[in-house]
Amino acid sequence: MSNLAIETQDLVRTYRARKAPGNPLGAPVVALDGVTLDIPPGEFFGLLGPNGAGKTTFIKVLVTLLLPTSGSARVAGFDVVGQAQQVRERISMVSGGEHSGYGLLTVREQLWMFSQFYGMPTRTALARIDELLRVVGLYEERSRRVSALSTGMRQKMNMVRGLLPDPEILFLDEPTVGLDVEAARDVRAYIKEWIHAAPGRTILLTTHYMHEAEELCDRVAIIHKGRIVACDTPAALRRRTAGGTYFILTTEPLDGTAWVSQVPGVQRADARASDGRTELRLQLADDGVIAGVVKALADRERRIFSLQKIEPSLEDVFVQIVGRRLEEADEGGRA
Amino acid sequence: MSDIARARGIRRVVRATLGRAYPRIIGANRERSWLFYDTILPLLGTIAFVYVYKALGAPDRFVGYVIMGGATMAFWMNVMWNMAAQFYWDKQGGNLELYMVLPCGIVPILLGMSFGGFIGTLVRAVAIIVIGSVLFHVTYTITQLPLFLLIFAVGIIALYGLGVTFASVFLMWGREAWHMAELFMEPVFLASGFYFPVRALGFWVGMGTSIIPLTLALDAMRQLLFPESHPALLPVRFELTALVGLAVVFIFVARLSLRKMEYLARREGRLSLRF
Repeated sequence: MSNLAIETQDLVRTYRARKAPGNPLGAPVVALDGVTLDIPPGEFFGLLGPNGAGKTTFIKVLVTLLLPTSGSARVAGFDVVGQAQQVRERISMVSGGEHSGYGLLTVREQLWMFSQFYGMPTRTALARIDELLRVVGLYEERSRRVSALSTGMRQKMNMVRGLLPDPEILFLDEPTVGLDVEAARDVRAYIKEWIHAAPGRTILLTTHYMHEAEELCDRVAIIHKGRIVACDTPAALRRRTAGGTYFILTTEPLDGTAWVSQVPGVQRADARASDGRTELRLQLADDGVIAGVVKALADRERRIFSLQKIEPSLEDVFVQIVGRRLEEADEGGRA
Repeated sequence: MSDIARARGIRRVVRATLGRAYPRIIGANRERSWLFYDTILPLLGTIAFVYVYKALGAPDRFVGYVIMGGATMAFWMNVMWNMAAQFYWDKQGGNLELYMVLPCGIVPILLGMSFGGFIGTLVRAVAIIVIGSVLFHVTYTITQLPLFLLIFAVGIIALYGLGVTFASVFLMWGREAWHMAELFMEPVFLASGFYFPVRALGFWVGMGTSIIPLTLALDAMRQLLFPESHPALLPVRFELTALVGLAVVFIFVARLSLRKMEYLARREGRLSLRF
């Protein structure tokens, strides 16, 4: 048996489609197009992509809600097609904007109901529910009806539901979508704490928030049109971006900038004059080279107003790989 | 695997069943509007038929038929709206995909829905019988109470088995569960003889409509409540045997349809709204 938490091999999933102006023959829609991924236990893995990229389909195949059209997928070492029951014993799933459960129940009753589906004894379940509610800051709302919860509270309750059975592998599908900044920060803080609280816990997170993937994930895969187009740690992905890290240095006006390129280690220097200042954008062989640039400016008696180190973000990585910003890709996907 | 205590096997099935029944039993009664919608409104329809029979000068037992029919109707409505259509509502609300990936499987969820629905509906049915009987001074002669209860129980098992089958069918092919449920309302009220002895439709029509378990259950219970005056479709023992057969068939078909539904839904992506 494989010792990977999640393992997929050439995973393909297509959907039947109706004939439409954009698809006159009703050709099947390819949601996943040969996805191969290995995720070891203990990893916080992020799947990043625009709407319609295949993120949710990928999760649905892994949690046994969808059958793959071809290829294979194993979760906790079990095949999602032939060993769905074993997979279900070990996983849990929370989706963003989820409205599961019944509004007439209180928060505590709702969570108790879900605990029963996992066969938890009532005393154990209630103790765990109270503990988790305290952690996510929802304990005071435990007797409130679910229908009266705000979106943020509801999502925190959903997180508690997902964590109740203490799964080996937790699938989070856009868990912070629609949440306000504070609630999203709370949810992120908690899942970060949860994964590190016990060895071997694995999270697969889908998101289209770059900063979320960057903040939380050990590794990130970028999925576009059903294909994994990049997969690495956020730092390695950033390094891979053309242009890489650069510095922006603002100084007193310079007559010419050709000399900057002569400083050893400066790979590229672009200058822009504005508001009586010169802004230099410097791409360097390594960070230490900046000392030489600063010294050269001092030799020319030019005052430095500001110096900034700019590292590429996952957004830059995404743009370079996909050719569009994530928001633009989202709009394209929705069109 | 987790250190948290989790039962497996039959204990988990029992816990999951009770868990799912809970919102049906407790939750529904938090909305006091059920007193109006589930008791007063059905009573109005029942009372209308009572007055039709009274105006026609029909024997008093017809008032009893109508009240029994009104009470039984509550179970049919529960099966259609809260069993058959439930997966559809659950899909809309996002519960269905959570239910489908539960380790306990979907069967305890359906058992819980049935059990909770039955308990909740029983309260409503009893309320209809008590209020209707008091209002119209109906008296019943139950000569064989154990047999009466047995027929009721078997009829309910067969009925909820049918409900589970419908739940699968509605999920897979019901574009609009509301309309599907509507489709099975008025025709069944007529064909099952909720307000009159089904024999009045003719023997063969009555036999045809006996595919709906309530037809036979209602006819058998009326025979026991109004002995010697009820125009029976079949003798009670035949009706009981047929009900047992229906219960077995519907449970078997429900099991098959659930498996098929789950397979088709996983293959075609019909368990959730968004991909």
